[in-house]
Amino acid sequence: MVDWLSPAEWEAVRLSLRVALWATLFSLPLGVLVAYALARWRFPGREVLNVLVHLPLIMPPVVTGYLLLLTFGTRGPIGGLLADWGIVFAFRWSGAALAAGVMAFPFMVRAVRLSIEAVDPKLEQAAATLGASRPWIFLTVTLPMIVPGIIAGTVLTFAKGMGEFGATITFVSNIPGQTQTIPLAIDLLLETPGGEAQAARLAGLSILLAALALALSEWISRRVAARVGARDA
Amino acid sequence: MLEVSVRHAFSGFTLDAAFRAPPGVTVLFGRSGSGKTTIVNAVAGLLMPDAGRIASGDWTLLDTEAGIRLGPHRRRLGYIFQEGRLFPHLTVRQNLAYGAWFAPKDAPREDMGRVVDLLGIGHLLDRRPGALSGGEKQRVAIGRALLSAPRLILADEPLAALDEARKAEILPYFERLRDEVAVPILYVSHSASEVARLATTVVAMDAGRVVAQGPAAEVLGDPSVLPAGAREAGAVLTARVARHHDDGLTELDAMGVPLFLPRVAQAPGAALRVRIAAHDVILSRSRPEGLSALNILPGVVHDVRPGAGPGAIVALDTKAGRVLARITRRSATAMGLAPGQTCHAIVKSVSVAPQDVGGARRDLAE
Repeated sequence: MVDWLSPAEWEAVRLSLRVALWATLFSLPLGVLVAYALARWRFPGREVLNVLVHLPLIMPPVVTGYLLLLTFGTRGPIGGLLADWGIVFAFRWSGAALAAGVMAFPFMVRAVRLSIEAVDPKLEQAAATLGASRPWIFLTVTLPMIVPGIIAGTVLTFAKGMGEFGATITFVSNIPGQTQTIPLAIDLLLETPGGEAQAARLAGLSILLAALALALSEWISRRVAARVGARDA
Repeated sequence: MLEVSVRHAFSGFTLDAAFRAPPGVTVLFGRSGSGKTTIVNAVAGLLMPDAGRIASGDWTLLDTEAGIRLGPHRRRLGYIFQEGRLFPHLTVRQNLAYGAWFAPKDAPREDMGRVVDLLGIGHLLDRRPGALSGGEKQRVAIGRALLSAPRLILADEPLAALDEARKAEILPYFERLRDEVAVPILYVSHSASEVARLATTVVAMDAGRVVAQGPAAEVLGDPSVLPAGAREAGAVLTARVARHHDDGLTELDAMGVPLFLPRVAQAPGAALRVRIAAHDVILSRSRPEGLSALNILPGVVHDVRPGAGPGAIVALDTKAGRVLARITRRSATAMGLAPGQTCHAIVKSVSVAPQDVGGARRDLAE
C-alpha cells in the first residue's frame, strides 16, 4: 500500500491504534459510571474516588507505571491473580493498553462529568413524574444529553492512548511488536544514529492521526448538537 | 377525593397542612413561601415529607405510618411545571408520547389527536422545544402531562413565567382541561384572578398552614385569607349570559340580578364566572339615584374587617352572591356599617376586567 513506512514502523502504528482502541473501549463505560457517581451521588469515599481517578493526571507518569508494575506485574497482587486466569499484562500489548487506559481515564471522567453536571436535574425529575424509573431516566434523558461530552471524552482518551509514553515504558518496557507504540518507537529512533528521518516521519504521522481524530469528533459533536437542540427547558 | 396531610420541617419553617381535594380544580392559594410548592412536590414524590398521608380512596401514594412511600415514577401523576421542563433533545411529538410509554397498558388514556386539537399544537409536533415560544412550550407541557394517563394533574404556577398576553393564551386551556377532562387537578397559584377563573375548591395557605378551604366563591369571599390582603380582594359570582345589547354591552343574569359588562364572546345561555375586585366597588346606604354606574346590587352587610392600613373590607351578601368592597375605615365608621345593615354595592360595569371573565365549570356527567 504505502511503502514510505518500514514494516517495523507499520507495526508501531498498528500497535498504537490497537492499544488506544482497547484503552478507550474499557474506559468508556467505566468512565461514564464514575463520572455519573461523582456528579450525582453522595457516598462515603467520594472524595477518595475523585483523587484516585485524578492521580495519573498529576503524578509523574513513571510513578504510575511503577505502581502498575507493582500491582499488575506477574508477582503483583492483582497481576498474579489474573495470571492464573491466563490474563497477563507484563511486557504485553495488553499491558500497554492498561497503562494507556489508566493515564487517559481522568480525561474521560472529566469530560463526561462536566456534561452530566450541565444536565438540569429538574429534567430528570420531570421524567420521573412521567413514570420513568432511574435506569430509564438515564437512558432516555441523561444519556442523550451528554453524548457530546462522551464523544469529547472518547476522543481525548483515544488521543492520549495513542501518545502515552512514561507509564507504558516503565510498566511494559519497549518491546517491538508487543509494547512499542509510536511514541516509544520515536524515542528509540532518536537514540539510534541516523534514525532522525524515521522519527520525523512517525512524529508527522502522530500529528496527522491526532488531527483526524479531533476533526471526526468535531463533526460528530456538531451533528449531535444539532439533534439535541438548544439546552433549554 | 384526594386527601392530603403533610408535615415537614425545614430550617426555620414548618409545613403542617391537611386538606381534601374533591373532583375539579383544587387551587392551593397563598403568597410565595407559604408552602404550596412543597405540598405539590410531596404529592408528586419529589420531596419525602417527615410525616404524612396522601391517598385517594384505596390508592395510597404516601403513608409514613404504614411505611408506604411510592417513588415519583410509580405515582401516575401529570406534573405541569412552572418552567415547562420539556426534554430539549426530543421533538414535541416525542415529548408528548414520553409518559404514555411508561403508563400501564390498561390505563385509561387520552387520545393524542384529541389532546393535540384541544391544545392547538398540531403544527408544532415535529419541532424541538428550543424553537417554541413560552406559551407554546407550556401548552406542550400540559399535553405531555395529560397524555401520561395520570390519575391526578399537578400544576405549579404554570403561568407565572409568562407575560400577560401569554397568560391569557394559556388560561382557557386549563379551563377546557377542567371542563372536558375527568382527571382532578391540583393547581398552585398566588394570583387571585387565576384562582377566581379556575378553582372549584380553594385551599388558602399561609406560613405553612391551611387557613381556609372550601368552594371557591366561599373562600375567595373571605378577605382574611387573601395573600395580598385587601389589595387583591375580590368576589366571584356565577352568572348566565342573558342577552347581548346593541350598544356593546352584555347583560348577565346572576341569580336573578342583572349585571352589565362589555360584550363577551359567549352566546346567550352560557355560564360565566365574573370576578369583581373589591377596589372597584363603592357602597351606599341608600339606593343611589342619578349615577352613571349600571350595576347596583342591594344586600346585607355580612361583616366589616379592618385592614392593616387605613382600609377595610366589607363583605356584602347580595342575591347574586357575596360581594366585597374595599373602603376606608373612616367611611365605614361614618356610614355606621355593621353586620345586618342593608346596603347597596355599586359596580361600574367597565370595571369587570376582561381577563377576569372566564367560563364557569359546566356540570359534566361524571
